Parts: sequence; structure tokens; C-alpha cells
Amino acid sequence: METLEPILAEHPVFKGLDPQYIKLMVGCASNVRFNQGEFITRDGDQADEFYLIRAGSVALDVYSPTKGEITYLTLREGEVVGWSWLVSPYRVHGDVRAIQITRAIRIDAKCLREKCTKDPQLELELYKRFVPIIVDRVEAMTMQLLDVYSD
Amino acid sequence: MATNQDSMTMRPFRIRRTAQDTYDTFTMELEPAGSGEFTFAPGQFNMLYVFGVGEVPISISGDPTDPLPLIHTTRAVGTVTKALQKLKKGDVLGMRGPFGSAWPVEQAKGKDVVIVAGGIGLPPLRPAIYQILANREEYGKFVLLYGARTPDDLLFPKELEQWRGRFDMDVTITVDRATDGWLGNVGVVTRLIPKAVFDPKNAVAMLVGPEIMMRFTIADLQKAGMADKDIYVSMERNMKCGVGLCGHCQCGPSFVCKDGPVYSYETIRDWMRKREI
Repeated sequence: METLEPILAEHPVFKGLDPQYIKLMVGCASNVRFNQGEFITRDGDQADEFYLIRAGSVALDVYSPTKGEITYLTLREGEVVGWSWLVSPYRVHGDVRAIQITRAIRIDAKCLREKCTKDPQLELELYKRFVPIIVDRVEAMTMQLLDVYSD
Repeated sequence: MATNQDSMTMRPFRIRRTAQDTYDTFTMELEPAGSGEFTFAPGQFNMLYVFGVGEVPISISGDPTDPLPLIHTTRAVGTVTKALQKLKKGDVLGMRGPFGSAWPVEQAKGKDVVIVAGGIGLPPLRPAIYQILANREEYGKFVLLYGARTPDDLLFPKELEQWRGRFDMDVTITVDRATDGWLGNVGVVTRLIPKAVFDPKNAVAMLVGPEIMMRFTIADLQKAGMADKDIYVSMERNMKCGVGLCGHCQCGPSFVCKDGPVYSYETIRDWMRKREI
């Protein structure tokens, strides 16, 4: 039977990961599809999942009471939606919305966290792969705050 | 480098056409008020003088293979540029130039070319784009990454659309703030670099934008595997004379008006990171 194993193994964020961990993660993975405009996660939600984008694009939004929804970043194929699942208290920061029809792999983070508690090496591997994603988002937001093109 | 005549002698140019590109950016087409030719290399700039107001350095944004009318795209931010914006078709202004170093368009032959523009940084790169497209078969992959503040701030939208439609050029655009109806990328232009398809070991990169944007862009190009000597930047400094005499544009040991504005990052890196030089 075909599984999501080769797709997970080829996704940039998990490329090079020990195959035994890929096998472990397949048990927490499922295919999902979002229609244009559909919310994938909402600010304040329990962060019990994350997504590997396979096709389409999504917007990361923050809400301002005076300015409404502000998109500060878009993500596309090969990128990851969600890092809050790795950091207690596991709450989503901001909204995530599909800009166009988007296909992704949903990873059940609760399931993955349980596997991590049994295998600290897996947890370390995931941290190594997600910390650069967190840094990337912080850098992107910092650049936005600088409003560099207004000079 | 193209030089047309005595660099301190002003020539009268007449405005043939003006167009408002965005709320604060405009393009002027100029032609010699008398007879005369004009040639320039991509990346060079002219000193434009509004009589009774002052002089300002402005990059040339037109086609070096078809240099007249002379095209300048400018953001109205200071006294002189605001005065320039008020000029009308038929008005005459003074021009000295062209000045400065050029983009390494010739040296890039046989290599991939990556152009990264931020905001008003696209006009000084447009002559290089024209020249590469005019000799497209002599280059490898050709990538243009362009970031603007909002979709309304994008310069040359019709031309961007034409370039995006070409099969021999990869154009990716991003904005910092989306507006209703924008379905493209949102985020800083540097985020486009990891996804761009080019060979970092056999490529030349040309960047223009605010210095902070160029610093982040350089970091991402280095992360992708590019060497400092293959990364070229155009610096901006307060220029007055255009020939390295007055010293206003000094940047470390060099004068941007004379030794720049285009530098290989290898030669300018120690000075780009220093404040107050």
C-alpha cells in the first residue's frame, strides 16, 4: 500500500531525517485540502497540528483592531505552517488562511509530541529543523517592521 | 564607462514626457535641447539641475541600447526631486553626466544572472535588464526578484507583466503589505532567494535597495553559496559634484560618485557595515 512516507521524506523540512523517524511520523500524518479563503488555523487555537504545504499558498495574518487583518507573510510549496506545536503552552499565534486551493500534509502534533517523549533524539531532530523556521519567521517580521522600502 | 563631454559642463535637456508611476514616484523622458548624442552604461547616473533650486543625482532607468530619450525614474522626497516633479513637458533642466561605475553586464556573459530590487531600486537595474534581454542567448538563467511596500508601489507594472510572460526569464514579486485582491507573495524580498533557480557557483547578482535590505539579501545569497566577488550592489550617498572632488559621498576610502555607485560586495563589505562613514 502506498503511504505518505516518500512524500514526507522528500519534503525540504524532513529531508535527510533518519528513515525510522519518517516511518514514525507517517502514523501521525494525513492528506488535507483547503479551499480558497478557508482558515487553516485561528489565533489562539490549540496548536495540535502543523502542515507541510505540497501545492498552493497560504497567508499568515495578524489581526489589528484598527487595521483589520494584516498579512505579513505568504508560504508556498515546500514550506511549513506552524511551529507553536513545539513550544508550550501550544497555542497558535495569528491566523492562517488559504489564498488559493492548497494541498498539504497535516501532522498530528499531539501524536508526534507523544512519540518525542519516548525518544528524545527524535525531539532533538525536530527542534533542529523547526528552530530555523522560527528564526525565519522572526527575521521576516523584523524586516517588515523596518519598513525598508519607505526610505 | 560612457562619458559624453566635460563632466562639469551642464547641458540643457528638454522634458519630452512625464508620467506619475506611483503616488510619490515619477518618470521623465528627456531629450537634448540642442543637438547632441548621449550614451551611458547600465548603472550610471546623471546630475539633474532644476534651475534656481539645485542639483540631484538620479540613476538612468532607460535602455542603454536606445539611450534617447533619456529616462529617469525618481521618488519625490527632497526639495530638488519635488521641484523636478513639478516640471512639465517642454520645460528645460540642466544635466551633467553620465557618472559612475556600471553593472558587470559584460562580465556576466556565460553565467546566470540574479537581479534583486527593493522599492525604488528597480529603476537603476532596468538598464541592465534591457541589455541582458537584448543579448539573452549569451547568459544562463535570468532571475528577477522584486519587492515593494504594497502592490500600489510596484513600478513598471506593465513591463513586469511582459517580463513575467517570457519563458527565458523568471520574475517573482513580493510585497510587504497585501491589499485587497493581491494573490501574490507577501514578505520581504530576501525570502524569494532560497526558491530561485540558479547556479550560485556560476552566477552574478546585482542588487539595489535600501542598505538594510541589501545586507539581508547578501546574507541570503551567501547562504545560497554565492561568493562576495560575484555580488554587486549600488550604493547611495549624498552626492554633490559627481567627480570625487567635494567628498560628500565618501564611503571609507572611496567616493561613491566616482568609484561607485556599483561596487562588487568584496570591495565594499568592510564599509557597508560601518555607521557614520
